[in-house]
Amino acid sequence: MRASLQQRFSAWARARQTRHEGTVTLTQRSVYIIPTRRGFAFAGALVVMLLGDINYVLGLGYVLTFLLASMGLMSMLHAVRNMLRLEIRAGRTEPVFTGDMAEFRFHLHNPRPLARHGLHLRDEHGHHTEFDLPANQTLEVGLPVPATQRGWLATGRLTLYTEFPLGLFYAWSYIYFDTRVLVYPRPAPAARLPAAGGPSGSGTVNVAGDEDFTGLRSYAAGDTPQRIAWKALAREQGLQVKQFNAVQGNELWLDWLHAPSEDPEQKLAILARWILDAEARGLTYGLRLPGLELRPASGMAQHDDCLRAIALFGLEAT
Amino acid sequence: MTAAPRPLTAAVIYGLVLSVLMVCAPHAEHLPLWLSALSGMALLWRALIARRNLALPPRWLLLGITLGGIAGLLIVYHTLFGQEAGVALLIMLTALKLLEMRTARDATLVIYLSSFIIITNFFYSQTILTTLYMLATLLVIATTWLHLQSARLTLRPRLRIAALLLAQSIPLMLVLFVLFPRVQGPLWGMPHDDLARTGLTDSMSPGSISRLSLSDDIAFRVTFKDVPPPRERMYWRGPVLSAYDGQTWTVGKAQTGRPPQLDQLSGDVDYSVMLEPHYKNWLFALEMPVHVSIPARMAYDFELLQREPVSSREQYDVRSALNYRANADEDPFQLRYALQLPPGLDPRARLLAQGWRKQYGSDETIMQAALRYFNQQGFVYTLEPPALGGNAVDDFLFNSRQGFCEHYAGAFVFLMRAAGIPARVVTGYQGGEFNALGNYFIVRQSDAHAWAEVWLQGRGWVRVDPTAAVSPARIRNGLAAAIPNSAALPLMERTSSAWLLRVRFNLDLIAYQWNLWVLGYDSMKQMALLSRLGMADVTWRKLALYMVGILGSLVGLFAALMLRRLYPRNADQAQRLFLQFCRKLEKAGVVRADHEGPGDFAARAAAALPQHAAAVRDITARYVALRYGETHPPGALDALRRSIAAFKL
Repeated sequence: MRASLQQRFSAWARARQTRHEGTVTLTQRSVYIIPTRRGFAFAGALVVMLLGDINYVLGLGYVLTFLLASMGLMSMLHAVRNMLRLEIRAGRTEPVFTGDMAEFRFHLHNPRPLARHGLHLRDEHGHHTEFDLPANQTLEVGLPVPATQRGWLATGRLTLYTEFPLGLFYAWSYIYFDTRVLVYPRPAPAARLPAAGGPSGSGTVNVAGDEDFTGLRSYAAGDTPQRIAWKALAREQGLQVKQFNAVQGNELWLDWLHAPSEDPEQKLAILARWILDAEARGLTYGLRLPGLELRPASGMAQHDDCLRAIALFGLEAT
Repeated sequence: MTAAPRPLTAAVIYGLVLSVLMVCAPHAEHLPLWLSALSGMALLWRALIARRNLALPPRWLLLGITLGGIAGLLIVYHTLFGQEAGVALLIMLTALKLLEMRTARDATLVIYLSSFIIITNFFYSQTILTTLYMLATLLVIATTWLHLQSARLTLRPRLRIAALLLAQSIPLMLVLFVLFPRVQGPLWGMPHDDLARTGLTDSMSPGSISRLSLSDDIAFRVTFKDVPPPRERMYWRGPVLSAYDGQTWTVGKAQTGRPPQLDQLSGDVDYSVMLEPHYKNWLFALEMPVHVSIPARMAYDFELLQREPVSSREQYDVRSALNYRANADEDPFQLRYALQLPPGLDPRARLLAQGWRKQYGSDETIMQAALRYFNQQGFVYTLEPPALGGNAVDDFLFNSRQGFCEHYAGAFVFLMRAAGIPARVVTGYQGGEFNALGNYFIVRQSDAHAWAEVWLQGRGWVRVDPTAAVSPARIRNGLAAAIPNSAALPLMERTSSAWLLRVRFNLDLIAYQWNLWVLGYDSMKQMALLSRLGMADVTWRKLALYMVGILGSLVGLFAALMLRRLYPRNADQAQRLFLQFCRKLEKAGVVRADHEGPGDFAARAAAALPQHAAAVRDITARYVALRYGETHPPGALDALRRSIAAFKL
């Protein structure tokens, strides 16, 4: 009964709500409110108190009971007011690897001279974050969600809610943003890079000897710890990675067919490792997937394009 | 729907400890000392755990303490139910609950329990001071309650929000208090008289009334409709005692089926009594009541009795006839009962009375002789008489000759019975203190009194007050006048400066009105008030409708006030003015598209109407500043209004 009511309400709320774009402002129309379980328990306690007042003819008992009831009633107004006129907009997201925490970022703006307290943001799977929003301020709120599989991770329907001030009422609003995080396959622990060479790309590069250190670049998620420039970190230059100039002029093809595994997901994991390693060494590399070829190039754009291709490989283009 | 449980912060725990301390503190007065100590220790321990970040006590230890405490309660009260034991149990469990409180859910339970404990304090006290204390306690509770929802909130904003919430609730509470349909209690049973109360009982022995005289407690208050009778005629009749066992006067078993009869009535006085709860059935009224506004019956011996004990403050209107003839035609059985004396006791008193019988012919003269005896044989009226021996009446009449009203009344009735005149003891209150500010009388326990009633042929039961023969001042001017400068007198009875007296009367007047209108507000008062406000024949349903209607409007009003800060008027009005401006431009053929922002529109309009370009830009700039700017200089809105009004095409 309860579950079916909830379902019907959700469907109804979804029907009157379109996907949000840009900035959403919470209005009376989009904020709902119901008593919480604690609210019902409180009402029950008040009824018991009232019976006591009647039975023991406690004049002051009536005063207390009615005062508490009025506080409960007023807390409903406070809860709704705590939400109204808030402006929320989706922020940029950063790609992550499977197994890491993706973070959806939202900018919440309180345009009014009234501080908001005890706000919560939650997705449909119970991932949850809590914050306060001072008067006339904007706050960037992150909602961490574990990335479990490669591809696009969408937020789905979000709920912004509050139980402030007394926890007797639950005021909430649904927010539908099209924001999503790209999840790359988690790179395999280690895999030997294929050799650079002709277009076929067979053979291996002599990894150990003839690499030239060319400089440093910023650390990107997935870089191997071996290549972190610890000295640079010690000089407080941030997390940097050593770049090496490998055999110049040779094109390195990272090919699906050459990934040493039978399992497609494992192949993708190895490809991800190769992309990271190739990029770390400053190689020029291309990617070949069944039905897709990315021409050899180097730099972060190539790194991102390649990872994106393997993240979305075999999935419906969205 | 709720967030994952998070540990309680130390600040929240201090708030909870303070809340529980505040709700329990007034109970310390009547709780067993060990229980107050136990609860206090539990609170202290919990605060210490929060401060030092220690571990909570293990469950087995808490269980042990709880069981020990319950055993202690059973020893003290012999039960865990009932008013007093129940309150003690609730307090103990709440204090111990703090020691196993881990989550926000436990904390919420503690908040609810604290609110509940406040109400139990009203069994003991419902004064204005208690009300103020209740408000302070609620502020602390609400401040802590808020903290459960937002752990980062600091004390000052928490206090501010809690105070706002409380202040906003008071008008709503008043509406509910006045209009919530009242049901006359009790619902499931009377409150028990397991609390020690001062007041008259259904027996009297030497010392019982003088002990009562030491109490300042108020027995009842009386407002006379017209002129009050003289003080010496103010005998507030209570229990009538007909049986004597040599030490103690009791009600006895003289019940007859014959209803009481009053005739030759005159000297009517109308007044209204507000009686404090005394947990006995009788109502007090001037001798003799002829009409009472609440259901009550008159017993064969003219006691005014209610079916249920008076367990809450009660107000009733009475008409009494000060001149009356009571049961001139008395039941012979009743008369025989009023002659009985314990055999063998007090031989000298019997001899004295029998001597009077031989010496004087009529009952009236024997009565006069007895009063003369008290008046002339060196009797002293005192609050601290010496103890009496086995033959108490003899000892009093011939040896000590010092006594309080119960001694005189008892001895007098004994003498009358020994002389063959039916007589009995009547207890009640005599006199009262006039509060000129509120024009009413305060009758305290210290006005408790005992007098005698004898039955005379043709005249029925006649009141005789032997105390008046010894100390006329007691009857005319009260106890303080009769026993001046006695250390034993209660504070309130001692005469003090006129200024102090005034303060005292003022305070009592406020308390009286409080009792009358707040604590005594019941369904009858509710109906009376509403009909005075012009709501004729109010039904339960109408009342509920009024209540919901007024409550709804009040909540609406609050909502409007609270949301006003979210919708600043400036922006709205600025927008209204700008739309006016747009309509003016529309007439000139420049129509603003839906998607067009004010800046783009202004640029287009300025291009289309070059002769008005400066005005268009100026108005738009003012509008944008008002609508989207952070700060608005005073008068900016008026300036915009003026420039739009001046804008002519």
